[in-house]
Amino acid sequence: MKYIAVFILSMVFWLLLTFSLTVPNLITGSVASALCSAFFARHYFSGVYKFIQPARYFWFMVYLAVFIVECIKANLDVAYRVLHPSMPIKPGIVKLKTTLKSDFARTLLANSITMTPGTITVDIIDDYFYIHWIYVRSEDPEEYTRMITGAFEKYIKRFAE
Amino acid sequence: MSDWLSILLYIQIGLSAVCLYRIIAGPTIPDRMVGIDIFGILVVGICAIIAIQTERSFILDIGIAWIILSFIGTLTLAKYLSGKKLNE
Amino acid sequence: MNEMITIIFICIGVLFNIFGCIGLIRLPDVYNRLQAATKCVTLGCCSILTGVLFHFGISGAGIKAIVAIPILFFTATVAAHALIRGTYRFGTPPDKRTVKDDYKEAVK
Repeated sequence: MKYIAVFILSMVFWLLLTFSLTVPNLITGSVASALCSAFFARHYFSGVYKFIQPARYFWFMVYLAVFIVECIKANLDVAYRVLHPSMPIKPGIVKLKTTLKSDFARTLLANSITMTPGTITVDIIDDYFYIHWIYVRSEDPEEYTRMITGAFEKYIKRFAE
Repeated sequence: MSDWLSILLYIQIGLSAVCLYRIIAGPTIPDRMVGIDIFGILVVGICAIIAIQTERSFILDIGIAWIILSFIGTLTLAKYLSGKKLNE
Repeated sequence: MNEMITIIFICIGVLFNIFGCIGLIRLPDVYNRLQAATKCVTLGCCSILTGVLFHFGISGAGIKAIVAIPILFFTATVAAHALIRGTYRFGTPPDKRTVKDDYKEAVK
């Protein structure tokens, strides 16, 4: 099952990159994908059944829209801090707890935190994220957890857990 | 159209020169590595603009390969910084 | 019309790149520099690649640009994560204005 999933993914990637449907191209792609899945498939994909549940794709689209809006906000925020003459920064490293369990969901949450306004993930130890914040707006754990992960965690939980 | 693209291409190359300044003058070793990382991402933008200017699509392939190679290079530098062996 | 959209997207991308490089020069210590530069330069290059997509349309080159965008996002964020962690373990001191440091006791 794992092997088939990796084969299909790498085949789709190959077809997108070359963008032609001739016979030699298909043969080359399938040989390369078979090699990839034979060597690397045992390291990936703990739950393959997640790929065939349509509701997950809907929540992924919602997450993508939220993510793009947050990303543009992040860049305007950084531009404001960089261009301001006195540079209003107050950096610090805070620690917050996550409720997500699977590795894929945690990676996705860490990447989302890196692209949102003023935060970058430093490390993940057990259940705790360590986050460098360019302007620490609050010292209370519950409040900053809601500020940082509030926009993403509920959507990621719906499609990646 | 072509004039605009040339101007934007020159600006982008100038920004890579800014990264070179950070690589040469950075006060600590991590500063230089940040410069190398950002330089690798900027080159992808340069590749994309050249692909529009010359109407050839293979330059985008160079861009994709450059992303992956600069990623591997940055991971190696980060492992070196944190003082571990490379097989860990 | 497509030419206009292409130029607008590339202009936005180069503008964000300029912000990122100003941050790389002006901000005081390596953590803040990494933060500003990674965010702005990644979004800027993604915007330039979107411009490439509008120029070529749905063809071989346009699809390559679409494929490059998620690769760029994942590699840039993971590289930034690895670099900032390595920097902390290396022992670079944070800026004087740092108000809070929860990671110090986790490392030891």
